[in-house]
Amino acid sequence: MSKHPAPAPVRHSIVVEASITRAFKVFTEDFGTFKPREHNLLAVPIAETIFEPRVGGHIYDRGEDGSECRWARVLAYDPPNRLVLSWDISPRWQIETDPDRTSEWEVRFTAEAENRTRVDIEHRNLERHGEGWEGVRLGVDSDQGWPLYLQRFHDLFPRRAA
Amino acid sequence: MATNANYWSALGDPTRRTIFELLVEQPCSVSGLARALPVTRPAVSQHLKVLKNAGLVADTRSGKERIYRIDPDGLARLRAEIDQFWRKTLAGYKLAVEHPKKDQA
Repeated sequence: MSKHPAPAPVRHSIVVEASITRAFKVFTEDFGTFKPREHNLLAVPIAETIFEPRVGGHIYDRGEDGSECRWARVLAYDPPNRLVLSWDISPRWQIETDPDRTSEWEVRFTAEAENRTRVDIEHRNLERHGEGWEGVRLGVDSDQGWPLYLQRFHDLFPRRAA
Repeated sequence: MATNANYWSALGDPTRRTIFELLVEQPCSVSGLARALPVTRPAVSQHLKVLKNAGLVADTRSGKERIYRIDPDGLARLRAEIDQFWRKTLAGYKLAVEHPKKDQA
């Protein structure tokens, strides 16, 4: 029902001079150290980013004040070959709590030599975010993932005709 | 692309995030936003300028006032932002793998 054309998946690859075991280990254990610093939905700077290494775990940022932002769910965890995670951030730049409105990203590790590994990332199903986006724009449904304080502000909001 | 780099920091500020969320709800003028928020009109204008530079909101003139609304092309913007995210993440990842810190060597 979305009028958005499905966007092509985002794909990136990189070859690293490391064994597949090490490539996988660094990607999962040190994710917080190389994730772009400005990638932060918290109101405060990030103290640490945790990648929980199991299906059902999360990637979450913990702020300096202890607040947390869980922005990815681990959907597949197959060391040292493959990871699949969700992307629970909406185009409104808020945490999306409806899994039907989240995209997913897959990371594949391929050994090209003993100490060379190719890493392919595919971030797909981006159109699922569009459903949420369109829903919000049409005012159809904005309860999912919508913070309570927004409703409070909305109640204060002046009507144009007033 | 400077626009993409601004995206996160533009919404890192709680007041700007609230303004953005109010505009998701409905388009509004500067004075309307100033009435809904505990900040002055000039402060609202300044925040809107940042949001506009980040490509998050657009404005149209209506009589004497400018009406601000969210940029409707949010999905294309999200895709561009995600693309940028992975480009930076993989570049940082390559460095982390190939140049381990002392405690990991």
